[in-house]
Order: sequence, then C-alpha cells, then structure tokens
Amino acid sequence: MRWDWVRDHGDDIFAATRQHVELTLLAVAIGLLVAFPLGLAARRWRRTEGPILGLAGALFTIPSLALFALLVPFTGLSRTTAEIGLVGYTLLILVRNVVAGLDGVPDEVREAAHGMGYRPLDQLLRVELPLALPVIVAGIRIATVTTIGLVTVTGLIGQGGLGALIIEGINRDFRTPLVVGSVCSVALAVAADVALAGAARLCAPWSRR
Amino acid sequence: MSLPGEVVEWFSTAEHWRGDFGVPHRLAEHALMSLAATVTAMVMGLPLGVWLGHRGRGGAVAINLTNVGRAVPSLAILALVQQAIGLSGWPGFGARPAFVALVALAVPPLVTNAYVGLRGVDRDVVEAAQGMGMTGPELLRRVELPIALPLIMAGIRTSAVQVVATATLAAVTAWGGLGRFIVDGFGQQDNAQIVAGALLVGLLALVTESILARVQRIMVSQGLRAGQPRVEEALTVG
Repeated sequence: MRWDWVRDHGDDIFAATRQHVELTLLAVAIGLLVAFPLGLAARRWRRTEGPILGLAGALFTIPSLALFALLVPFTGLSRTTAEIGLVGYTLLILVRNVVAGLDGVPDEVREAAHGMGYRPLDQLLRVELPLALPVIVAGIRIATVTTIGLVTVTGLIGQGGLGALIIEGINRDFRTPLVVGSVCSVALAVAADVALAGAARLCAPWSRR
Repeated sequence: MSLPGEVVEWFSTAEHWRGDFGVPHRLAEHALMSLAATVTAMVMGLPLGVWLGHRGRGGAVAINLTNVGRAVPSLAILALVQQAIGLSGWPGFGARPAFVALVALAVPPLVTNAYVGLRGVDRDVVEAAQGMGMTGPELLRRVELPIALPLIMAGIRTSAVQVVATATLAAVTAWGGLGRFIVDGFGQQDNAQIVAGALLVGLLALVTESILARVQRIMVSQGLRAGQPRVEEALTVG
C-alpha cells in the first residue's frame, strides 16, 4: 500500500465514491418505480406472474459485462447504458419481494380492511403496503448491495465510480488504487445495508420482534 | 453495414472459429473453467452447509456468508487474487488466479442455501423420522437432504451462473474465455466483436441455467415440487 498515493488522491477517491453512490441510487430508484407496478400486475393477474418473473430471471442470468456490451452499440459508453443494465438486474429481486410481501398480508387483515370500508387503493396504500414493507425493504437491501457491486463493472464502460479505481489498479499493475476501490465498495455496501435496515425499523416499528 | 449484418459476418468468418483465439477454444476454456470452479466450490461448500444445517449450528455465519459475498464486487476479488498470486510465475498465466477467485465467489451461496434448506425441514417431520427409529445419518440421507434439495439446487444454479458471469470478467484481469471477445472488442472499438462475444456469453449463461433447472426437476421428489420457497434463495449476480 502506498499511503502517499491515497493522500494525494483524496479528491479523486471522494469523487469516485460519489459517482458510485449516484449510479446506485438512480438504478435502485428507477428499479423500484418499474418493479412496483410489475409486482402489482403479477398479483392482480396471476397468469402474468410466470412470464414477468421468468423474463426478469432471464435478464438476471445474463452476465453483467455481456449485458453492458450488448447495449454499447446502441447507447454508447454512456450512463444510459450503465443504468439500463443496473435497473435490469434489480428487477428480479424487487418484483419477487413486492409480490412475496403483499402475498404475506393475512387474509383476515384484508377482509377486515374491506369490511371497514377501505377502497382498493386505500387498502393497498394504508393497510397492505405497510404490512408488506419489511419484505419489500429486504428486497431493496439485496438490490442495493448487488447494484453497488455491479457498479464496479460499469467502470469498464467508462462510467467512473470505484470500479474505475480498480481498473486503474489492474491496468497499471498498481495495488493501491485496486485495494482502495475494493475496500470503499465493500464499505459502501455494508453502510447502505445497515442504513436501510435502520430505516426499515424506523418506518415500520410494527415489524420489530 | 448495419450492426446485425456485421455480427452475422463476424460469426461467418472462418478465422474466428480457428485456433487458440477462435470461438470453440474460447468457449471450451470458459465452460471448463466454470465447471471446474463450480464443482470445486460444491465439494467445499455443500458438505459445510449441510453439516451446519443438520447440526443446527453456525446459522449466523452460514446465512451472512452470502451477504458478505454479495458486498464484495467480483471484479475486486478477481483483481485482488490476481495481485496476490498471479505474479508468482505459474504456468497458464491468469488461469490460476481466475480459478481461485471463481471458487471463492461460488462457495457462499452454496453454503447458505444448503444451510437454509436443511434448517427449513419441518421439525415435525424430523421428529417423526426419529420416532420411526432413524439414526442421524439415515435421517440426513433419507429425509433432510431430499426435502432440502430444491434449495440446495437453487444454490448450485446461483453459483454456476455467477461463475459463468464472473469468468467473463476474468478477461479484464488477463485471462482468456469468452470475455476476451468483449474486452478486446472494447479495446479495438469493434462493435461486431463486442456483440458476438456478449451473445456467446449470454447464451452460455442461459444454457447453464436451463440445464441445471432440468436437472433439478428430475432430481427433486414429486411431492416437493409445489410450494417451493422463493425469497430465501441467496440471489447473486456477477
């Protein structure tokens, strides 16, 4: 380890970390916006569940470098390419957990809400969603940690982030940026996981056991 | 020429099918490396996960192993292993570090899924089996393992697919395999080669997944096919 390199490149390391966070946040946010209606559709029309999960599963199976590579000729070495791929990978995890979370709401609760005069949308937002929240957040945690790992690969298509440091280390056969990029990425994943777990506990105190 | 045309032409160029840089050789490299790494990881990870699950010990470790594995980027593992052992002058430059990194990435989902699978066996079923006079090994072989098989197989699928994906990234750290087409294509700004490589890798991953899904369908007992757990699987992506 060359600590003087770390000292001299503090700004670069900070900028790379920020890019990493931005790419991750954007991917998980868009992923949720896409996955939520898909999850609702899969539940509303059970026949669509198989195809939706099957498609998301097939997308999930495609290696990340291959998916980015397939997009490059169309969207270039751009942030769009990175985000399409990253969002694609969050879908399987998020849709599955949205469906499982809502499936986990007891029928009695649903019936009670219905009996109390909740309309479908109200019932979804004020009764079912809060009860499904712990499972949905568990999905968001897995999706976030997975995305943080995958963002290192987007360094290969020129999107910066901590992957750029790792790649610099590989190309120059120089261990310091390699270790810095790896350690920061792991730290970011752990921090995000802990933060989301804490947020879930605050937002859904009823799930505390 | 349009891109699809270029890709077709790339695939129909005889030169791309010959020698050490041709598709058959790269595909064989990729498939053999993935197979070797997955099997090695199974030999290491499955007994551990099954034993922990059978004895009901080390749950926190077994479960968190996958979480930890997920947090460490595969590119980082490849590069760090390459740095640690890649320069020690072994034959087959790049292959050994790639193998070690792939095994390291494949073990956690195997351990976690085997553990969760065995712990998930209904206690009543275990007690009934014990009441029928089954001993520990018998119980494991005839009751726990068959019931845990869907999750154990899910772990194998997850690991195998992740290994195929990560073997692609090994091209970045100076190994061969199908990733070479993609990485070299980036270097030469050759879109046809990039797309051809990506198609080959994607196809290999999908074929791997569907073969293992079929194996699972054959091996898992009829009575267990309904109600397969969905969320407990240790999902990872490479």
